[in-house]
Amino acid sequence: MKPKKLLIASIPLIIFALLVLVFNSSLKKDPRELETKLIGQAVPDFKLASVTDLERVLTNEDLPKEVFLLNIWATWCVSCYAEHPYLIKFAKEYPIKWIGVNYKDESKNALAYLAKGGNPYLYSIADVQGTLGIDLGVYGAPETFIVDANGIIRERHVGVIDDRVWHNKILPIVEKLQSEQGAN
Amino acid sequence: MIKQFYVLSCFCLLALVSVSLQAEKVQADEFKFESPAQEQMYRQIISQLRCPKCQNQSIADSDAELSEDLRFIVYQKIRRGESKQQIFSYFQQRYGDFILYDPPVSPKNYILWFMPIVVFIIIIIALVMKVGKRRVSDETEISEEQS
Repeated sequence: MKPKKLLIASIPLIIFALLVLVFNSSLKKDPRELETKLIGQAVPDFKLASVTDLERVLTNEDLPKEVFLLNIWATWCVSCYAEHPYLIKFAKEYPIKWIGVNYKDESKNALAYLAKGGNPYLYSIADVQGTLGIDLGVYGAPETFIVDANGIIRERHVGVIDDRVWHNKILPIVEKLQSEQGAN
Repeated sequence: MIKQFYVLSCFCLLALVSVSLQAEKVQADEFKFESPAQEQMYRQIISQLRCPKCQNQSIADSDAELSEDLRFIVYQKIRRGESKQQIFSYFQQRYGDFILYDPPVSPKNYILWFMPIVVFIIIIIALVMKVGKRRVSDETEISEEQS
């Protein structure tokens, strides 16, 4: 009878320990981070102007045929200002191409932003209406998509890319994809 | 004292009227539909889609710019004659199951769907065992207590 009573008495303690584990793991997760169904799918079709050259029409054909990063930015996005110097640095230090998507912005503001902060992008797509942004499931700029040589989205990061995110998340995935593609 | 109270109540009334006028204005800004059925479908759909930016509001309730864009897409799709299912799957493909207030049953949310049933069954089993045991050991338990 004794051990059974002990077992029953310890049930609340066990439940408590389990809850601590569950809460602890969910505390580390960012509830704002949403899943995306786009991983494993091609970059959605688009046909939009370039920010720096409004005459130029950009389509999926213009995307690099190598692993690259698709970064969603806007001049109304406060965190983008914090991210921008990092992008300049990474673009300089690593031979990985950055494509910008200027999301729901005015081209005048966008040009001033690039002139002032520097331009880390090969080119920026002017998504004035936000159609490409919605096709990409963008809900909070800055967002960055890692795209492979076949134009397939392999990963998404929501939020600022700083040194920590770059070295812990972005760079390992890019390098893995590059070596995969190099092997083929 | 009475005068102050009077001023205060007038102010409250004024505030209330201006707020309700504001609400009226927002209503009028909405889109034009071909039929009341379409409008009803529109209202139903936007209240069942969650705003990805402001997570505890539907896109009907949210003032976020993204919600505005999404509402406009819903409107366009309804005008184009797309079905409710088509519209939901359009958003689901872009923003995931999260955007639906009524997400589909899938392995990653089994725990959410089936936990209540499992807990209920466990309670029933526990009850049956407990009650069943009590009937058998009724007398012994009494004698135990007495001793």
